[in-house]
Amino acid sequence: MAVQRRREPHGAVGQCPAVAAACLPLGRPRLSAGGSSVLPDGSEPGDRRCPPERKRRGVRESRPRREEPRRGRHSPRGIPTRGKAVRGTNGAQAARELRGGSARNGRRSGAGAAAAGAGTAGSRRHRGAPGSGAAARSRPAAPRSPEEAAPGPPLPSPPRAGASEAGPGPRLRVSTATPEAAAIGREAGSGRALGAAGPARARRDALQDALREELLLSPLPDGDVAATFQFRTRWDADLQRGAVSHYRLFPKALGRLAAALGVRELHLALTQGFWRTRAWGQPPLQAPAGAELWVWFQPTVTDVDKAWKELSNILSGIFCASLNFIDSTNTVTPTASFKPLGLANGTDHRLLRYAVLPREVVCTENLTPWKKLLPCGSKAGLAVLLKAERLFHSSYHSQAVHIRPICRDASCLAVSWELRQTLTVVFDTFSSGQGKKDWSLFKMFSRTLTDACPLALQSKVYVDISPKNKEKELLEVTPAPTSVHEAIVQGDKRTYAVYDLLSPSLFNTSRSLNVQLKWKRPQDSSELPTPVLHAQRYVSGYGLQAGEISTLIYNTHPYRAFPVLLLETVPWYLRLYVHTLTIITKGKENKPSYIHYQPAQDRRRPHLLEMLIQLPASSVTKITIQFERALLKWTEYTPDPNHGFYVSSSVLSALVPSVIAMKDVDMEQSPLFTSLFPSSDGSSYFVRLYTEPLLVNLPTPDFSMPYNVICLTCTVVAVCYGSFYNLLTRTFHVEEPNRGGLAKRLANVIRRFRGVPPL
Amino acid sequence: NPDPKSHAVAWDIEDAVKRYVQPVLDKLSLVANFSVDSQILYYAVLGVTPRFDKESSSFLLSAHSLPHVINPVEARLGSSAASLYPVLNFLLYVPERSHSPLYIQDKDGAPVSTNAFHSPRWGGIMVYNVEAPASPQASLPLHVDVDMVRVMEVFLAQLRLLFGLSQEEVPPEFLLESPGNEGLADWELDRLLWAHTVENIATVSTTLTSLAQLLDKIGNIVIKDDVASEVYRAVASAQSAMAELATGHLQSAFQASKEAVTSSERAFFDPSLLHLLYFPDDQ
Repeated sequence: MAVQRRREPHGAVGQCPAVAAACLPLGRPRLSAGGSSVLPDGSEPGDRRCPPERKRRGVRESRPRREEPRRGRHSPRGIPTRGKAVRGTNGAQAARELRGGSARNGRRSGAGAAAAGAGTAGSRRHRGAPGSGAAARSRPAAPRSPEEAAPGPPLPSPPRAGASEAGPGPRLRVSTATPEAAAIGREAGSGRALGAAGPARARRDALQDALREELLLSPLPDGDVAATFQFRTRWDADLQRGAVSHYRLFPKALGRLAAALGVRELHLALTQGFWRTRAWGQPPLQAPAGAELWVWFQPTVTDVDKAWKELSNILSGIFCASLNFIDSTNTVTPTASFKPLGLANGTDHRLLRYAVLPREVVCTENLTPWKKLLPCGSKAGLAVLLKAERLFHSSYHSQAVHIRPICRDASCLAVSWELRQTLTVVFDTFSSGQGKKDWSLFKMFSRTLTDACPLALQSKVYVDISPKNKEKELLEVTPAPTSVHEAIVQGDKRTYAVYDLLSPSLFNTSRSLNVQLKWKRPQDSSELPTPVLHAQRYVSGYGLQAGEISTLIYNTHPYRAFPVLLLETVPWYLRLYVHTLTIITKGKENKPSYIHYQPAQDRRRPHLLEMLIQLPASSVTKITIQFERALLKWTEYTPDPNHGFYVSSSVLSALVPSVIAMKDVDMEQSPLFTSLFPSSDGSSYFVRLYTEPLLVNLPTPDFSMPYNVICLTCTVVAVCYGSFYNLLTRTFHVEEPNRGGLAKRLANVIRRFRGVPPL
Repeated sequence: NPDPKSHAVAWDIEDAVKRYVQPVLDKLSLVANFSVDSQILYYAVLGVTPRFDKESSSFLLSAHSLPHVINPVEARLGSSAASLYPVLNFLLYVPERSHSPLYIQDKDGAPVSTNAFHSPRWGGIMVYNVEAPASPQASLPLHVDVDMVRVMEVFLAQLRLLFGLSQEEVPPEFLLESPGNEGLADWELDRLLWAHTVENIATVSTTLTSLAQLLDKIGNIVIKDDVASEVYRAVASAQSAMAELATGHLQSAFQASKEAVTSSERAFFDPSLLHLLYFPDDQ
């Protein structure tokens, strides 16, 4: 179908009166305009680099000639960015081939053809590819920020706690890590005390980078199991300074990237599925469906947009994701919702970029490069469990990379860099395990743990065994845990069984660790504990012209009201009417105390709506806004336009008051899953939630109509012309009826005898 | 380091780079800009399993299997991520315990004395064997301090090779200047400049020629003014480079040839050339 549409001579579209109304505004096809950009979408040469619809195979295969060469030459990396399935498996191979190298001259011909394509560049490649292969040389205007990251960031003054600069709002998030700083000072000692103190471990402390790995297994209320991996690499070095850098545990690719582009904080999450907050409770770290990327740049970065573009392209290369689709139409600069999670002096939100690609499909080819960033790869430690075929056989999969600067020690005079790689996966063991809620590591991952990553300073498995419904000891874990850890996580008291993989006693009895959890008696299906804050969002309205986006935010806290920051990013083809924005709580209108709205520009930027809303205790707040669906140009439709268009999740950030008073916990000691978001004080905790992505149908012209017309016309012509031609050319002559053969006459004689009419 | 469980390898790369590599690169800074990074990869694997040799009770890697060694390592290097410039990789491979000692064999089957090899335009790999501990009860991981002098000797030699500075057979009556501390004599630098200038000029001429051929073949490519000016500049720089070369000003000749190359490349790879290239003729 897509083939038909793209290849259509556009005159054919105009012919049909039926869709004339729909087609007219679609205007000229992009193809006919050739070089100069027809669309007012500010098409810079940059967007040539990322050929549209790379992932959608329908289009790609239909016009290989147009796409391939461009991809080969302009792909931001050396590897020609192929379709997803191809790259994951032999991306490395392709890279190798492209590099050529005279050692493997024979292979280069194939790769060269792929890169040059279409025979055009073939003629010029005669000169024996002196560079490292065709594609490696063929990038236009090799972008590279200078290494000398000029004066470097000023040393962070002792971080100011509190007071988000979004003026009218109350303090929403405390943007730094004072408790953490206090904790780090103790780390040297604690590292040694942690276990198996040997000369090697002591030396590792001196090397100033440390890896901690951790797996949190928590049974969810409805019987599923969530597994959260966290790998934290802390590196006591300043990425922004120093031309020569020596990497040990920190992955070089990301380090170089952050240094070259002046990245201060980078948060990338690739997610498949949706975390059902209502049924599963508060996630340790939620991410919206698809790909989410938000980055704080250093103040020294002059052209943030350019750096952002470059960064997203490089990241798409590193993670084999289509992050190169991030452009100005889906990038926003939120003013209040996203604060730096690490060390920061001053939050100038012009240095922030945020983008979500809700359509992105996450699969193994994104997992493999993610695993490669781990120092131990997937060869040792917790990462052996990361087996793609199990991980993606789950109802929720989210992998993320967070880079942020943190204080090196208590005095906070120097900066360390922290890389957190997290992976959350929800196994539907309940439904696939014959209704039993028991699980084990082997059942979920089809692997067991055999050792810790030898490079890790800490390697622990936490199992959430917190008693539910005030009943004790409903479940038991085997083998016996090394210790039990109690913590208050997200306003809830939790008990964790801890397995320290570094303690030698754990592997003494058996070679491997297979954590099992059994319920002692079938758990009565009691009411699910609803989380304090959750939200849901949907599109309402009928017809294809107007519609309404409704967001319901629930505050189930019995007696505390709290504010929540809502961030909506709506693509430009839904024209929001801000005057229809209504916020209703308990039947009354609720005036937001802070609104930031940035209207969309067609094909240039999306709507951005940020609101600070006060949620009264135990209430439901309904936010509705109406929109009109815009007509797209006919080339702007996806290959499957009737599938609908995605609207990315809206983001809710809130400091949720805790029911239980929280202690001021030691960040460095506490398990990793608690420490990404800084907690401000004992009475509340930070939560960031994402709502469902929306799928909106846009008025779609009948793309198959020209094809139908052609078919019908051809049929009519064939039938009419054929029969007419037949009539004209065929000669008719009357055929004498034959008297029949001997047998027939004989039969008739017999029939006459019998008195039966003859044949 | 494929086996962090049994070897804790430490190398003083910072000092080594400062002491050995930097002087060479300073000297070569005329030719190109260099930046040096290092990283340690754990659980890196060789693409091939080495063959066990009973006579010497060691493992052998034969010459024809060497190309397969690079691939799996390359995938994890991540050197192409943030920069688009060619990267030379120098790898020190500490074989895992079950495979050591590991020696590289050349084509004739004799072990290579440096235990290293290089691949043109990619870099070099050196295998660094760790002596087995005297007593098998020695605690793992075994701490290993890499002898950087030995490593750097090999790497610098490889670097010279990769830059095309091979040891030439010099007529015996020539008096050779000692390479000095930089490991690179002045005359060698001169030769390098010569070679690169000539190569650059050749590159420029082939690029421009193929651009012209392309234009002859495909008529509907539009050459914009800026592309044209790039072409003119390339030609002018190439000519000036030749003139400088004739008078013997190596450095300015080299600069001019570099400019010529960049502008000719820019002209050839200008995206505006592509715009109409894939436009089908029948529409």
